[in-house]
Amino acid sequence: MNTYALETENVTKTYQSESGVINAVDEVSLQVKLGEFVALVGPSGSGKTTMLSILAALLKPTSGKVILDGQDLAAMNEVERVSMRRNKIGFTFQANNLVPYLSAVENVELMLRLNGRLDKTGKMRSRELLARLGLAERLHNLPGQMSGGQQQRVAIARAMIHNPSLVLADEPTASLDTERAYQVVETFAGLIHEQNRAGIMVTHDLRMCEYVDRVLQMRDGKLVKIYTNKTEIMDLVKGKTN
Amino acid sequence: MKQIFEISGFLALKEIWRNRSRFLLVSLVIALITLLVLFIAALGEGLGNGNREYISKLDAQLIAYQSKSDYLIAASRLSKDRVAAIRRVDGVADVGMLGTANATLILPGDVKPLKVALLGIQPGHTGEPAVVQGQQLSTDLADEVIIDKNTALRTDLKVGDNLTLRTTQGTQDEFYTLRIVGIADGQQYSLQPSIFVPFYTWDRIKPKSEAEINNPNPVANVILVKLKDPAKINEVSASIVSQVNNVETATLKQAIQALPGYSAQQSTLNLQGGFTLFIGVLVIGGFFQIQILQKVAQIGVLKAIGTANPTVALASIIQIVVVTMVGVAIGGFLTFLFSLSFPPTVPIVFNGTTTAIAVIALLLIGPLSGLVSTRYAVRIEPLKALGLS
Repeated sequence: MNTYALETENVTKTYQSESGVINAVDEVSLQVKLGEFVALVGPSGSGKTTMLSILAALLKPTSGKVILDGQDLAAMNEVERVSMRRNKIGFTFQANNLVPYLSAVENVELMLRLNGRLDKTGKMRSRELLARLGLAERLHNLPGQMSGGQQQRVAIARAMIHNPSLVLADEPTASLDTERAYQVVETFAGLIHEQNRAGIMVTHDLRMCEYVDRVLQMRDGKLVKIYTNKTEIMDLVKGKTN
Repeated sequence: MKQIFEISGFLALKEIWRNRSRFLLVSLVIALITLLVLFIAALGEGLGNGNREYISKLDAQLIAYQSKSDYLIAASRLSKDRVAAIRRVDGVADVGMLGTANATLILPGDVKPLKVALLGIQPGHTGEPAVVQGQQLSTDLADEVIIDKNTALRTDLKVGDNLTLRTTQGTQDEFYTLRIVGIADGQQYSLQPSIFVPFYTWDRIKPKSEAEINNPNPVANVILVKLKDPAKINEVSASIVSQVNNVETATLKQAIQALPGYSAQQSTLNLQGGFTLFIGVLVIGGFFQIQILQKVAQIGVLKAIGTANPTVALASIIQIVVVTMVGVAIGGFLTFLFSLSFPPTVPIVFNGTTTAIAVIALLLIGPLSGLVSTRYAVRIEPLKALGLS
């Protein structure tokens, strides 16, 4: 029986350019368990964002398999992938995360609304989750009335509220100062462990790997190294590893 | 499907409400376009009505003209013997002579004289309008008149009053005093309020050149023909043309189209209305296109978290429909308020059908003009919108 929430097998994404074929992602195989928080790191152009797009069912790989909850995203059509994004995946982005004309609680409830699961319990859970993230006083604030860190926490709540199997975060700390960045990632990691989800965070900021269980390093589209040992990870965080 | 409507409606209405000033501005632009379109439509209806009102309300199906008069009533001359000849044609129920002229109604005090259409008709025959107040004309020679509602509104004349008409006989102005016996509903002719007089009275008082003054034979402009069976209009029309010398016939519709300036006036106003609607399409389309361009990232997020394309499209359409409806409602209300301030002399008529067509056209231009922006919204790639590609 498959014990992984997410598993990829030889995922490849190629693009045709003037200079020839480019492998943005090259034969990447990885597995993430439920309750595991993984960081995907690498320099610019290493393929981590393309990989994240494939995992988020936003992009179809050229070849390979992406198995989420036993279903292959790579074999799905657009409508099926939209449904997977809605039901099984939670996503936070670098910026422009929230719908600007919805309040914090409405943004969170939107995921339940999209899934046809917005009932009394859902509404209560949304408020409780936001309260847990320190936003009890901000429930009815619009994104423009909140700081970047508060917006990211609302986005985290939105990504988790519908109990997805996989939670993805694309550079969630990119627009935050160091203190807020740590707070956001710590909160994120805490929720992933507590709610037993599979979490993947793409980041260029290695300091943020302090809170993850594993670090997957990519270079030139390939998965070149996996850090599983906490000491190794901390060395990476402190810049002792190349 | 219900869920799609629910989510689309929620997103669309929330965005409108949270950005109500911006959307209200667009609604106000639509309101101004609505005001313009409704006024052009009402002006077209008013001017058209002013031209055709008497003809369109006739209790006749055919109008007989002098041959080659191009259906121009003022250019047609038919002598009295033609009336008898047409009456004898099989299928004709009644005929009535109609003479048209202009006269000046002299009003007491310092009130400005009123130009009126002086229409000579035969009492008791086709062409005499039914009165809504008072009584019909008594004889062909009586010094009596029926005035239409427009004349009554503009002059405060009542049944039983005497009125004075001024016409030019040769080179002299002459004044005639006639008694008002009845008031008919609106019967404008040639954009003028109308005064109906018995045919021979009309012949006596109508403006005449020196040569016409001593002409003993009254001449009508056209003869109005009422049929026994309106369904046989083509057969009777052919019979009249073949049996009566020197006449041609027209249906009321043809006669109205041939009224001087009528077609040109209507097509000009229709064109203006069409252009205004076209401008509306561009304005609304432009606004929503700009708005969608500003919302690319936001739509990208919605799609990335699993919002389906039909939901995005429907939300966009709902917004356009709501904004257009609000604009048309405000515009309609403003039009109504403005219309209350117009005096009866302004030819503005809010006809139910014309107004309904204009309103439907205005409601349709919103979704129509929003098609491009809706299509654009559907085509937004979440990857590109979020900068992930």
